[in-house]
Order: sequence, then structure tokens, then C-alpha cells
Amino acid sequence: MHMVVLTKGVPDFREGQVSFDEDGHLERGKTPTVMNPNDRFALEAALQTRVRHGGRVSVMSMGPPGYKEVLQEAMETVYADDLHLVSDREMAAADTWATAITLSAGIETLGEPDVVFAGFKTADGETGHTGPQTNWCLDMPLVTHVVSLDIDEEAGTLRAKRLVEGDIEEIETVETELPAFVVADPEFEPSYRTAGERLTLKDLREETRARAENYEEHLTVRDHADINVDPDYIGLDGSPTIVSSVDPIPKAPAEREATMVDPDDTRAMQDVLTAMQSAVGDGDGGDTAAAGGD
Amino acid sequence: MSDYEHYEALVVGAGPGGAAAAATFANYGIETLVLERGVEAGSKNVSGGLIYAEESAPYTIDDLFPGFREAAAERPITKYRIHNIAGDKVESFDLTDLHEHDTEWSDSVLRRKMDSWLEDRVHERTRETGGGLLTGVHVNGLLREEGRIVGVTLDELDPITADIIVAADGVNSELARDAGLMDWDEPDEWFQGVKAVVDMPEDAIADRFDVADDEGAAHLFSGDLFEGVRGGGFLYTNRDTLSLGTVFHLDSLVAEEAEPHELLDGLLTHPLLAQWLGDDYTELEYSAKLVPDSKKVALREPHFGRLLLVGDAAGQMQAQGPIIKGMNHAVTAGALAAESYAQAKSRNEPEKAGTRYARKLRSEGVMKKLRPRGYELLRGVAEDDGVTGVVDSVLTSAVGRAGIRALSGRLERLYNVPTLSALMPDTRTPYVTLPTVIAEELGTRVRETSSVTPPDLEARIGGLTYDTDIGNPHITLRDESFEASGAAVAACPVSAVDFGGGCYREEVVRTNGSEERVVSLDTQPCVECGTCAVVADTDWSHPRGDKGVEFKWG
Repeated sequence: MHMVVLTKGVPDFREGQVSFDEDGHLERGKTPTVMNPNDRFALEAALQTRVRHGGRVSVMSMGPPGYKEVLQEAMETVYADDLHLVSDREMAAADTWATAITLSAGIETLGEPDVVFAGFKTADGETGHTGPQTNWCLDMPLVTHVVSLDIDEEAGTLRAKRLVEGDIEEIETVETELPAFVVADPEFEPSYRTAGERLTLKDLREETRARAENYEEHLTVRDHADINVDPDYIGLDGSPTIVSSVDPIPKAPAEREATMVDPDDTRAMQDVLTAMQSAVGDGDGGDTAAAGGD
Repeated sequence: MSDYEHYEALVVGAGPGGAAAAATFANYGIETLVLERGVEAGSKNVSGGLIYAEESAPYTIDDLFPGFREAAAERPITKYRIHNIAGDKVESFDLTDLHEHDTEWSDSVLRRKMDSWLEDRVHERTRETGGGLLTGVHVNGLLREEGRIVGVTLDELDPITADIIVAADGVNSELARDAGLMDWDEPDEWFQGVKAVVDMPEDAIADRFDVADDEGAAHLFSGDLFEGVRGGGFLYTNRDTLSLGTVFHLDSLVAEEAEPHELLDGLLTHPLLAQWLGDDYTELEYSAKLVPDSKKVALREPHFGRLLLVGDAAGQMQAQGPIIKGMNHAVTAGALAAESYAQAKSRNEPEKAGTRYARKLRSEGVMKKLRPRGYELLRGVAEDDGVTGVVDSVLTSAVGRAGIRALSGRLERLYNVPTLSALMPDTRTPYVTLPTVIAEELGTRVRETSSVTPPDLEARIGGLTYDTDIGNPHITLRDESFEASGAAVAACPVSAVDFGGGCYREEVVRTNGSEERVVSLDTQPCVECGTCAVVADTDWSHPRGDKGVEFKWG
């Protein structure tokens, strides 16, 4: 079983990490790059498949050379065997379409994987297009919003549970032939219910520790010539999307007036209580006012 | 046979007993899976702790795990003293002879470090057999088919079957209980130990205890410093920490309504300890554990079908006066259990592993140590309340005191006779009365004053690491009336009367003009000792894998 997982480096949007300028624009230089949080679920899905069925996991990303560390993080998460970075100045400023063409060409240089995994949406673009568009180029069966999956190697099929319309309340089971393209939902939960699976997982973790330290030995960087794509179809030149301008979303105005009260100020608190009691009294009778006692 | 995952041997618990069983199975080339519920082996374990290698034992920990002493232990214990205390008067005896009797070596240990070192070796060796060791997996019961034990059930995994199951799951063994081999009914069958690990630089230890690099000291304490509760205290030197603790009979704790953490504080703040603790007391960890009293509960036939019990799970904890040995017996038993299965299997009668194991415990002398015949013979008389009363009143009378004075030169020697220690009855006489009289008649006054201020219970709980299984408490009260479960309020080592931050609290419920005393339970601060399983009416199980308290020292 050969699996390829797609991942992307994104700005670390966590509090304390992310930095914006006065106009509310992201300061890329001051914000660290991390692995796209949603990609973790794609990596978990690949790892579970590997633990159950064995095989090899490759992780691929498109981006600047700085994404190498993101790939290292991915290796530690999924215990990947090899890492692939498609990186070229020609690829810069690509929209999802140009990215999909680049990634699909990259995947094709790795042979014919059995399953390709992608995460649901990146934390920066938020489009959710790249996975499905990459698959459109690869022309495999596509299963999105996957929350659990089982593979029958003998039959060469993949059976997945997926959220219908991305709704956790509605789950359907679908089956497709391999090779297939899987987009893991953030609700994806890996399941290791046998000791054998957990022991394999422990072996993989052990094996990966040394590998992740020297991850560059397992990393291949390719440019557009290596993956055999025409520069006109990638990067800014290959991107049909035009972003005319970016405006910060204005803060929603408060609908109600708020007054701050110091809880140690007994008089002010008494006023609050009186106000609450009269508010309740105005409504459906006085009974409920007593609930605050004791 | 159902379609379950199967291993030839299954070991539940990765303490010294489980590790010894697993290593021995592996030596016989038997496919072995070891399951441990902690995040790491040792994270759920507490010991006093000295580990012995007995000359008479067929297996010792360093036989099974070469390099154990250098890598996993703290210090060889080369000095062993007991202090008889009455107020500020102390009479000390050197018990090094008793300590060295049948002893190849004895080291102080801290369980997190020790068990996690064993874990790596056990995993490596069992992995070669096709099995391995998993942490964070809680075995919660036995799997039966047609009434026979065939495997185990777990919180995290699907049921697993095995040809042989070694339950090394500790003093609160859920498997022993499931099999009907142990119950948690009688407080007098158990001790409760509480312990503090205290920070101390190596040079301070060398200085204050007068020990070289490859030496260590053990001090035991008995007498009137524990409010009359039956039990005693201990202090062991580790590499750069001390283990200090108290161990009491659970029935006595309950009868006196004593607070375990206060009894520990009584030891820590006693003037005798000032010379060792100095004025820079830093407590690293507070912990507690239940200890089976092997004299009463060590199972003569610790097996049922495919299930063999070892260590605390089988009650194999020898605590006879100043002789306190548990881990060494668990190691021997674990190895004998695995060996018994391997031999029974080679004779094509694997179903006889259990009886073979019980026979080995007898023929190798383990059972004799756990249940000394002298104690059994004398128990009926010596533990009779009337007899205890007479003995105590004679001891404390002028006649008794004169006798103690007359014996003075020979008392230390008598204390060093192993067979006498084994005879000690479970009464207040040897724990309280005798040491008190000895100290009063022969002792000298301690000049130092203690400047130790131990942390309060809230700070002790606050210093522990927990991964709380929110919304899924592992203990529930079956009967919340004070009569049924009230004893836990004081006896639980992380609860106290008038303390709101512990597990057990007393509450008064007023309904229709009448008042009812009830007990409420919050398992968040639980240290999983099992005290309330015995003294209160609970449904008690361990938390799920990785959950609950995580000891960093143990």
C-alpha cells in the first residue's frame, strides 16, 4: 500500500504567534509557519491505514524551501517514510487551480499511489478547493469529509464513513475502488482497538524518531522541470483567480449596552440584583426571582 | 472459540512482578503481551521503597534484568536502625544484622525511575517473542467463555484471549476480585502507607546520614508519636532525595479516626528528624498506597484456571515489624508463575500451571516468609484483646518496666532475631506499647527542635499531576450514608474532616425537618490507593488508561 499525504505550511494563527500590521494585514515575516492544523487528520488517516495494512507513506507539499520544517513535523506525526517538496520561484502566488496542477504533477512522479490523503481547508486560504481540484487532475474516485475508513486490500476497495454536507448529524457509508482520493474531515478519529495495531504504532514511532532527526536525508526537492509542468500553467501565470482587494472584516457593533460592575462593590451588586428581579417581574410572574437565594 | 486477538501469555501490570513474569516468559520464547494502564510504567506505583535480593530466593531482579542496580536503583542500604520514641525520648537500635539476614543486597528505589527502566527492557524482550508492552491500556475484567476464564476485557481495546494470564495489577487488582480470589472487606487485612519524597542534595545526604557514595541509610520509627495508631514510620535515603513515610493498619486508622497526612506530619516534625531534615524542607511529592498484610491475605493458591496472581495482587507483601519486603517477593512470584506455565506446557498439561505455581511458592520458601507458621500458631492467643490488655498493662507496670531495664543490653540483639520479628502479633503491643516503654525507660532526650513545616493537604494535592477523566469517575458511592462510607472522610489520604478540596466530604442534608449525615465524593484528587474500597461502600475501579494521577517519583 502506497499512500501520499498532501500538506501545507500556514501562518501560525494561534494567539501570541500571529502578527498583524496596523492595517490588519498579516505580517508573514513575523509569523512562524506551521503545518496546516487540518492536515493532521489526513496524516492520522494515512497512519491508521499504514498500521493496519503496512506499506509506505509519502508526504508532499508545494511551497518555499522554508516548508521543509513543516514536512519534518508531518514526518513526526505520520511516521512518514519519505518527504517531497515541490518548490520553484515559478510556482509562487499560485491559486488553488495552479496549486492543484502542480501537486498532481508532483504526485505522478511518485508512481501510482493507492490512496492520496488531503486535509479539509487550509487555515490561511480556507477555500477547501485544493484537495478536490488536485484529484480532478488525477482523476481518481474522490471521498470527502471522511470520519473513518476501512480498506479491503484483497478486494481493492475502500469503505468510508463521511459527513453528508459536512454535517456531523448525518453520516453515510460509501465504498469505492482503489486507488482513491480521501479528504479527511476534522472529525476524523483514528481507532486502534487491537494490541497488534498499537504495537505496530509503537514500532513506527521508534523507527521514525531517528529518521525525523535527519529528515533532510529523506527529503526530495523538485522544481517545475523535475515534475514536468509548463511554467505557464503554474504559479501566478497559471492562476485564473484575481484578488482585487482584501478588506478587513469590521467589528460587529454591540447591540446592547453593557455596564461593568465590580463584584466586590456590594451596593452596585445590589443594584444588579434589583434590576434582575424587576426584569424577571416584568416577564412571567415573580416566582423565579427566589432562585438566587442561599 | 470466538474471533478475538490472541497472545500465548498476557501479563497485566508492568511493575516488578509483571516485569519478572514477562522477562521469564520471553526467556522461554513464549509470545507475551504486557499491558500497563499508566502513561509510563511506574507512574501509578508507590513503594516505601527498599528492594531486596534475598540469598534464598530463586529469582532476583538483577538476575532477570542485568544492570538493574546501576541504572534503576538509588542507593545500597548499608545502615538499618529503628528508633523507639516516647515524647522527646528516643532509644535507637541498630537492626543492620536483621536487615542483612538472607540479604544479597538491598537498594532504595523510586518507582517511576525503576519501573520505567524495566518497561523499556520488557518491551524489547517481549517484542522479540511477537508480543510487546503497551502503556495507557486498562484491563478492567476477565473474559469468560462457557464459565471458563479465557482472556481479559479492556477499556481501550477489544477483548484479548490468552493461554495464560498473569495478573500483576497491584494491590487493588481488578482481576483478582473478578476471579473471586480477593475481596476488599476487612480493614484489618490491609495497611495504608503515605509517603513524601523530599529533595536533598547528595552532599547533604552524605553529611547528615554519614554515608559514602555507595552507601545509604534506613531509619524506622515506632512508639507514641502516632496518636496510638498501630504502625510506624520510615526514612530511606535515595541518590538525592529522601523517602519518608508512615504505614498503619487500616482498621486502626479507622478506629482512631486518624488523618493519615497528619500522622505523616507528626513524623516529619518530630525533633528526632531535625538532624536529617535540617531547615530546608522541600517536599517533591505526596503519595499513598494500600499494602496487603501477607500474614492474613497472601493466597495459598493464587490461581484460578488460566489466571495466576503475583505480587500485591496475590497479597504477597511481607510486613512483619521491622521486616518490610514486597517487591522482591513479587519478582520471585512473577518469575515462578511464568516458569510454571512453561514447564506445564512442555509436559503438555498447561492447565496445571496454577497448581504448579502454588507448589513452587511453597517449595521455594516464599509462602513460609509471607505466612510464617509461628505467627499463625500464636495469632489466636496473641491477638486476643484480653491478652493484649494484660500484656500491655504488665509492660507498662513497674514490673514490666523493670524487665525492660533488665533486658536493656540484650534488647537490640533480640530485635535482630528474624524468627522473633516474624512472630510479632498485630496488636498495639509491638507497635506502640513496647517501643514507648523502651524509650521511656532507656531513651535519651533529643536536643534538637524541628523547623520543618510540611505543606498542607491542599498544597500536596496541588503538587500532583492529574489527567482527569471528566464526566467518567472511576469510583462511585454505592451507599452515601455516613454509617456506610463516613470512615473514608478521615482515612482517605487526600481527604480530611473540614477540608473541602479532597475526595470525600461529610455533608448534612436537611429534608422535611430531619437531618441526615451523608458523604459526597469527588474523584478528581484521587491517588488510587484503594482505601475507600475497603472502608466505604463503593463501586471501585481504576481510571481508564493514561487517566488519573501520574506520580513523577513514586
